Amino acid sequence: MGDKLRGAEILLKALADEGVEHIFGYPGGAVLHIYDAIFKQDAVQHILVRHEQGATHAADGYARSTGKAGVVLVTSGPGATNCVTGIATAHMDSIPMVVLTGQVPSHLIGNDAFQEVDNVGITRPCVKHNFMVERVEDLAITIKKAFHVATTGRPGPVVVDIPKDITADVTEYSYPKTVEMRSYKPVVKGHQGQMKRAVEMLMAAKRPMIYSGGGVVIDNAAEHLIEFTRTLGFPITQTLMGLGAFPANDPQNLQMLGMHGTYEANMAMHQCDVLIAIGVRFDDRVTGNLEQFCPKAKIIHIDIDPASIAKNVAVDIPIVGSVTNVLGEMNKMIKSCQFDPMDMEKDVWWQQIAKWRAVDCMHYDRTTEVIKPQYVIEELDKLTNGDAFITSDVGQHQMWAAQYYKFNKPRRWINSGGLGTMGFGVPAAMGVQLAHPDETVCCISGEASLVMCIQELSTCLQYGLPIKIISLNNRYMGMVRQWQEFFYDRRYSHSYLDALPDFVKLAESFGHVGMRVEKTSDVSGALKEALAMKDRLVLMDIVTDQTENVYPMISAGKGHHEMELPAGANRELS
Amino acid sequence: MQRHIISILLENEAGALSRVAGLFSARAYNIESLTVAPTEDPTMSRMTLVTNGTAETVEQIQKQLNKLIDVIKLADLNEVRHIERELMLVKTKASGDSREEVKRLVDIFRGRIIDVTDATYTIEITGTGKKLDALLEALDKKEIIEVVRTGVTGIARGENALHL
Repeated sequence: MGDKLRGAEILLKALADEGVEHIFGYPGGAVLHIYDAIFKQDAVQHILVRHEQGATHAADGYARSTGKAGVVLVTSGPGATNCVTGIATAHMDSIPMVVLTGQVPSHLIGNDAFQEVDNVGITRPCVKHNFMVERVEDLAITIKKAFHVATTGRPGPVVVDIPKDITADVTEYSYPKTVEMRSYKPVVKGHQGQMKRAVEMLMAAKRPMIYSGGGVVIDNAAEHLIEFTRTLGFPITQTLMGLGAFPANDPQNLQMLGMHGTYEANMAMHQCDVLIAIGVRFDDRVTGNLEQFCPKAKIIHIDIDPASIAKNVAVDIPIVGSVTNVLGEMNKMIKSCQFDPMDMEKDVWWQQIAKWRAVDCMHYDRTTEVIKPQYVIEELDKLTNGDAFITSDVGQHQMWAAQYYKFNKPRRWINSGGLGTMGFGVPAAMGVQLAHPDETVCCISGEASLVMCIQELSTCLQYGLPIKIISLNNRYMGMVRQWQEFFYDRRYSHSYLDALPDFVKLAESFGHVGMRVEKTSDVSGALKEALAMKDRLVLMDIVTDQTENVYPMISAGKGHHEMELPAGANRELS
Repeated sequence: MQRHIISILLENEAGALSRVAGLFSARAYNIESLTVAPTEDPTMSRMTLVTNGTAETVEQIQKQLNKLIDVIKLADLNEVRHIERELMLVKTKASGDSREEVKRLVDIFRGRIIDVTDATYTIEITGTGKKLDALLEALDKKEIIEVVRTGVTGIARGENALHL
């Protein structure tokens, strides 16, 4: 029999036993016992953010860059509601996260007590699961279950709501090594017969295509994907969430697909005869018009979540399982067949792809002294060899980062793909930098997104997080402006930011370095200078072309073969 | 569009019902009826849910239900031979000539009169939803005071069963 501990101490011990090193949080009345317990230990380091939304995005960035669950601790009421955006962001992108929320004492629940909300109710639609702890005896096992659910199967955020009295009650502490839940048993191993059928279908393909996504990154399956793709010699495209799982500099890579994907990737999707979809969910930004999606293809779909399969697109061979397991098995099957990889020089399908590539769909004007945003990303890519951790906010700059930064490794590209959360970039970068103190971490942002979580610059100073913020400042909510230009007859309703702060002074007032760049010829030097400041946060306010649009583009309701190309692309080839 | 009866075993925990109900509203699925109560094992509840949808929609409903952490197991009763039952209580005016007429109708439908006043009968009847509808059709609408239906519950015929 061990000594009895208070709930708050049990919570901290459980986190330490779970291997948690950092939690992101903000104190308040309902969690004061827990903060007292934090004060008395040093196994878990608490990072004090400036707003609870920042805590969730930081934990999210931490999780995306490491694969471990990010952990958040906030108080009841507004502390919990401020987390909702960050929880929903993680939910949409299947990011493992455990969010501990304080709750008013048990006897006050339902009384409209001070700082009371039904947090389990509010978060229910945007979590993988949530718990309310009712007895201190249940606390340790609930924490174990929360991490188990958050990190296995298709990962996701789990909320644990803890009434204040539970954190004061005492019981003996023991932390289970494993946990069994009869109602939760994700299928990891793929069905042998289905995998065999899939391999046969792939080998018979004339115009095959690999479409891979975030599931490959989440499952740490990049090596299996690389082996699979190279052994077959097939073309591969990735979703926004899947970038980096296959090296961008590999000639087999047709880069991103979808609304702002490459011409060659989208055309290959439209013309392929066998499509293998790996760890993807056929999102509407990827598929375009479903009526016209891959009209000639038989489709194989690998996913750990059965509900992702046949949700939007009917498939011929569904395979439920983890990407690592299924691709590992299929790689073995392919090896035993002694299949000759498709020849990139001679094969007709690759020759067709080469023609689409020659269209040069990512063309932009490289001659202007007004800074083109694409150029900034290209320079950053060169200076960091495609190896930096890049977080982004949401909008045009996010698409340019995805298009022009050549991610060669997984977990380097950290962005809110599903929910599209502006304000994500800076706090996410904090989480990434904390997890990787010696790596270069850049946040590619825009002036509109940047100010949405700007308060976290203060957190960055407190913990010495030298992130590099590259803000592509075009004075507009660029993506909104682009859609207004295309679809609303240039009525730029509320997309121009009439009053902006002086970002250099703003950075300085937070104790950081600010830089303004206004000419193309200054971009490279300024980036070098910023990247060289290893121990300082640098906010680069880069004044870019206000009229630049993201190309190529598939408009809503159009198919993959109906892309609009930028001026200067070789249209006659298309 | 087809009507499906989905039987679900779920953890008997606070919030489990709202997770199921929330799923249906969040994803705009139809619920025709829903019944739930604990089973012989008090840690588990059995839910019977009637929904309408195309084959694809109902497949997706089942997958999404299975994804809920509180759902232990489920089955689509439409895929097997099954029995469906619903309980209805009807309070109706019954005086004068109609008093005997209502009693005869209840007998025909194999219902029972379970409460009586000088002026009313309270009828209990079980059966499929259609049978219950038919009794309501047969009764004089002007005389009906109150109708309570439980919603459908069901079970597979023969050896088939939904259990752990």
